[in-house]
Amino acid sequence: MTITEKILARACGKDEVRPGDFVNARLDLALANDITAPLAIKEFEAAGIEKVWDPKKVVLVCDHFVPNKDIKSAEQAKLVRDFARRQGLANFFDVGRMGIEHVILPEKGLVVSGDVVIGADSHTCTYGALGAFATGVGSTDLAAGMATGEVWLRVPETIRFNFEGEPGRFVTGKDYILYVIGMIGVDGALYEAMEFGGEAIRSLSMDGRFTICNMAIEAGGKSGIVEPDEATAEYCRGRALREPVMMKSDDGARYARVIDIDVSTIEPQVAKPHLPSNTVPASALADLKIDQVVIGSCTNGRIEDLRMAAEVLRGRKVHPDVRTLVFPGSQQVYKQAMKEGLIDVFIDAEVAVSTPTCGPCLGGHMGILAAGERCVSTTNRNFVGRMGHTESEVYLAGPYVAAATAIAGRVAVPEEVTA
Amino acid sequence: MIFEGTAHKYGRDVDTDVIIPARYLNTHDPDELAAHCMEDIDGDFISRVRPGDIIVAEENFGCGSSREQAPVAIKAAGVSCVVATSFARIFYRNAINIGLPILVCPEAARETESGDLLRVDLEKGEVVNLTKSKSYQADRFPEFMQEIVAAGGLMNHVKKRKQSGGANA
Repeated sequence: MTITEKILARACGKDEVRPGDFVNARLDLALANDITAPLAIKEFEAAGIEKVWDPKKVVLVCDHFVPNKDIKSAEQAKLVRDFARRQGLANFFDVGRMGIEHVILPEKGLVVSGDVVIGADSHTCTYGALGAFATGVGSTDLAAGMATGEVWLRVPETIRFNFEGEPGRFVTGKDYILYVIGMIGVDGALYEAMEFGGEAIRSLSMDGRFTICNMAIEAGGKSGIVEPDEATAEYCRGRALREPVMMKSDDGARYARVIDIDVSTIEPQVAKPHLPSNTVPASALADLKIDQVVIGSCTNGRIEDLRMAAEVLRGRKVHPDVRTLVFPGSQQVYKQAMKEGLIDVFIDAEVAVSTPTCGPCLGGHMGILAAGERCVSTTNRNFVGRMGHTESEVYLAGPYVAAATAIAGRVAVPEEVTA
Repeated sequence: MIFEGTAHKYGRDVDTDVIIPARYLNTHDPDELAAHCMEDIDGDFISRVRPGDIIVAEENFGCGSSREQAPVAIKAAGVSCVVATSFARIFYRNAINIGLPILVCPEAARETESGDLLRVDLEKGEVVNLTKSKSYQADRFPEFMQEIVAAGGLMNHVKKRKQSGGANA
């Protein structure tokens, strides 16, 4: 069996499951945010259910439209706040304690290897980096999960991606995953689990692995996963609230496909509008003038991402025509960035640093684009209207390219601005 | 259940951001959401759509965000069902869970044009293009999902299972 099949078999009390089987899996965690929880709460209460199945395992995070961006958002967030208090939820994260959901859940040790997690947010697949099965669902699925502690799932086929070779100096996990999405397309892994392995994955930090698994959904994947190793164990030590269960795919595991990738051939990538699969090497866009740069999000808002951005920005100033925004993914990331002097680097470079929020990534608030404006962003989607006006454009990239672009005022790679 | 309505045809990879842009997610009221349905891909949609109309699209309909507000907006706009070559998985689950009928029917999706009159027989899984006088057979839902549909959506299914002691109550 693959690691995904093993996790699901364990969660439904079976010795073996096969792709295509329908199972009821026990949940280790169920998550929603201030956009998806209100509908889930409405469904939950309309069904006449009084108590969530386990107040320690239902996690609510206000991160999308908070700090409250307008009156309607405030009303929706209040619904979530009231529900969390009424239900006595142990893990409710709000302004001041919150971060972006997919940054803080691993950080606080709430998700561990071997878990089955659903979240009413498509980027819940991020937690696969820990060797957990995690997938995004809608609000009604989440309501059912909150009520029963179970979710029905079809056991997915798995595509195995082997990353080998030595990456270039400024090539990151973001470039790996953009490259893969460019290769297989936005529905290239539809309904399937994407298992990422090989030497180049094992030598990636946990932050890099989170970035890769985060974007499995952009290839249509049900989940992304990395088999746990010493780096996973090290990450879990001292923070995991439960004992991690570390599994691996068997040697004879059946894969729908195996795709080998030589990372030494991958250049820093950019996904052009309006699909994450529309990738080209950043060097191919060198004349493209940019109005805004966003560094942050559940994809690239972790400390390593901010270190990469600061490495390029240190001692330099961003281009006068570029508005540059940095969103640390959590309070802890923010504090660590302060300790390391990264916030000084950003402010000296004339970059705006914000409290954590998903805000600009989905065109919510804090960085909306006007018609004709272009943004290079370390986020995960570049759909029509994603970050503002339908005639604005989002180019997806990793933190190195984003920071270099902010300095150059056009799409750039770090070598061009640090030489 | 049989639906008859005019087709509104779209291409591939219609994402949930264009079905209901995030700037309107500060509410979960179905009618408010419906007023902005398909706004960023088809600005006139909401003024053209009539009760019973059918959305037809190619591959990967509903990709992107998990927002259930997308099928909620489509349903509240009066659309009777969505026929597509394929659906993104979260949208697929959400549609079943909230009782928005969807059909996977690649041939019908490919050959239908905007303005065609369609008739869909949900039990038979049949799509008939009355304008072009052609009929197509859609894929059947797996049995597991038929149970959810028969129960009247996921929450009713959960209630039934809780009552019979089938889930960790």
